[in-house]
Amino acid sequence: MRSAPPLIRCQGLSKTFGTLKANDSVDLLVESGEIHALLGENGAGKSTFVKMLYGLLKPDAGTISWLGKAVTLADPDAARALGIGMVFQHFSLFDDLTVLENIAIGTAGARADQAFAARVSALAREYGLELDLQRPVWTLSAGERQRIEIARCLLQEPRLIVLDEPTSVLTPQEAENLFASLLRLQAKGAGILFISHKLEEVRRICTAATILRGGKVVARTDPRKESARSLAALMVGEGVADVRPPSTLETGRDLLAVRGLSVSPEIAHGIPLRGIDLTVRAGEVVAIAGVAGNGQSEFFAALTGEGGLIQSGTVSIDGEDVTRRPIGMRRRLGAAFVPEGRLGHATLPQRTLSENIMLSWHETEDVGGFFLSLDKLRQAARKIITRFDVRGPNADPRAAQLSGGNLQKYIVGREIERNPRLIVVDQPTWGVDARAASLIRQTLVDLAGQGAAVLVITQDLDEAFEMSDRIAVICAGRMHPPVPTRMTNREAIGLLMTTAHGEAA
Amino acid sequence: MIELLPLILATVITAATPLVIAALGEHVVERSGVLNLGVEGMMIMGASLGFAGAVVLDNSYLGLAIGALAGMVMAGIFALFALGLATNQVATGLAITIFGLGLAGLIGQPFVGQPRPPIPALVFGLDPIVCLSFVLMVGTAWLLNRTRAGLILRGVGESHGSAHALGLPVLKVRLLAVLFGGLCAGLAGAYLSLIYTRFWSPGMTAGRGWIALALVVFAAGSVWRLVAGAYLFGAILIAQLHAQAGAIGIPSQFLSMLPYLMTIVALVVLSMAGRRGAGAAGSLGQPFVPDR
Repeated sequence: MRSAPPLIRCQGLSKTFGTLKANDSVDLLVESGEIHALLGENGAGKSTFVKMLYGLLKPDAGTISWLGKAVTLADPDAARALGIGMVFQHFSLFDDLTVLENIAIGTAGARADQAFAARVSALAREYGLELDLQRPVWTLSAGERQRIEIARCLLQEPRLIVLDEPTSVLTPQEAENLFASLLRLQAKGAGILFISHKLEEVRRICTAATILRGGKVVARTDPRKESARSLAALMVGEGVADVRPPSTLETGRDLLAVRGLSVSPEIAHGIPLRGIDLTVRAGEVVAIAGVAGNGQSEFFAALTGEGGLIQSGTVSIDGEDVTRRPIGMRRRLGAAFVPEGRLGHATLPQRTLSENIMLSWHETEDVGGFFLSLDKLRQAARKIITRFDVRGPNADPRAAQLSGGNLQKYIVGREIERNPRLIVVDQPTWGVDARAASLIRQTLVDLAGQGAAVLVITQDLDEAFEMSDRIAVICAGRMHPPVPTRMTNREAIGLLMTTAHGEAA
Repeated sequence: MIELLPLILATVITAATPLVIAALGEHVVERSGVLNLGVEGMMIMGASLGFAGAVVLDNSYLGLAIGALAGMVMAGIFALFALGLATNQVATGLAITIFGLGLAGLIGQPFVGQPRPPIPALVFGLDPIVCLSFVLMVGTAWLLNRTRAGLILRGVGESHGSAHALGLPVLKVRLLAVLFGGLCAGLAGAYLSLIYTRFWSPGMTAGRGWIALALVVFAAGSVWRLVAGAYLFGAILIAQLHAQAGAIGIPSQFLSMLPYLMTIVALVVLSMAGRRGAGAAGSLGQPFVPDR
């Protein structure tokens, strides 16, 4: 059975950036027909490792052999020529190009013509990936973008597929479809390297696991024989705390009230919102679940006042009608907002953390008079950095220098530092490692415990269930009214995620 | 009047051709994500060296080729700094323009006032370079929108990070685009001195390189808008010349302003109608440094 050489064998791969040993003599072996999990916290060296596998980084030391033969992966073309396909975590997409063009550009020798479109459509049908080929990518949500990446990878018919957090933006049903596809590929003899933070799904579909911590392999195990808890312990070297259940404190008055809100989108291909009703009361966490691209961004923009043409309905914060009020007015009423886009929307990437405080504090907090008080900004930044354990390369780094998890902790911290009475968070832990995610969720739950109203828009059902008192579901721009979290389950919510409210199931 | 129409059309097309060629070149450069503000400098070098070459070799065709090569050498210098050393593209482009204006004046000094014979027309009273500009339009549109090379070029311009992650040769694509842009600008300059005016004088490009840059913005990603803009500009240029000759009761300075004013109006209208994604490539002007 084991007479054939393994699909890929990496021995002693090392990569150093400056003084940081991102990978320290990593060994990893993937057999044909195996779904192999690569686990580790953000910063454990997973991305560095897969970049070396894909020829994007050159290892300082170590060897890679493919089907028993030593190979040098000089660039991604060489990796692709061998049959290595990659689905990136940070999308390698082109905003102004159409979906079809984005797939064509990543496929050797392809042109975005009709014959190629037919090929892509056939593949998309086979793997159940919904794609609108003529839309430009900048109009798409994160989940839709990921489908492009997956289609692009599958089109090469790779023998080894590297998937970096593929399910973080999918519904349970979509994830099931993906797993079915992966099992089909596995049956065809392809090897799969699967990176995920969702340990339950790793336990379900993966047959082997390699665990990285601090750039070193700390364990190799069969995930089917482990529990999610023991896997997590291996990743972080200590137990991950469960989020404490939401308080059962009596909820207070309505801090956010949306009544019959209908909004038409400002951009072509945006999702119109239709007749949305939602109330978030003091002391509770409400989650809005839904597949990416069902109106979440438009709803968030309507809550902040940043976009959309309001047709009818009202948005009230603490009893005050703010439907046509700017975001500053909403903040003065005690609201805080954390958008999905960390770099560019929530922060200016090339500005320091202290300077970035201005973005959401200028209306309500004391940051100096006519002249900015840089001291006050730096003090505030230091406070947030300490309180939320934000780790960066120096005392006041630029936003773009932080890892996703650390930056998200900082952004959430910046809003919480303002002591908001209402906080709306879009995708609080997308692409954030387990420990940071747990800290962010706990912080938000605690905030509700202190009497604030918390609204979380998330594509991660586990997160929705872990944090919330009530769950609403958004689908095709309509909202299913929230139900108490304790009285529902994943399957019921998953079904609502694919049915627009008011339509027959 | 009717019998004059073909003549007027030919004049307009001739006036617009240097703009068409230079702007098409810069259009390709900007689609690849590079902002080369050195168009004016590359053009004037093409005009000066092209004219000098034509006089010395007594052959206007060779002069056109030399002018195009001169533009490409200037583009090569730009690429060495802006791509090879990842310098600021705006500053580097401005330096190329200033350097080109000075050097062209120096090289052209002995040739001031010397006339050149006209180049015979190819078809319908149009000279060979005008015909070449037609081929260039169709070719550029086809290359950018219908071929894999064009797709890669647009991808590199839209997001060099994504392109690099996919293993596309970002710097090589940009180098080729910049060299092509230089070739076009040089040819456009040589056309000015050897065919349009048929004499050399310092500073004779008179801001046409800048107008070519404005046309690229006006084009917002479409070759056909760019061409339409260039001919509109050519028409206004000719119209104001005739208006001045026709002694209309408006001071000539106002009429001379007209083409430049139209450029500004077009840009303003465009940016008012514009929404996200209207035009410029995503990575435009950002230096690219691969991380390996």
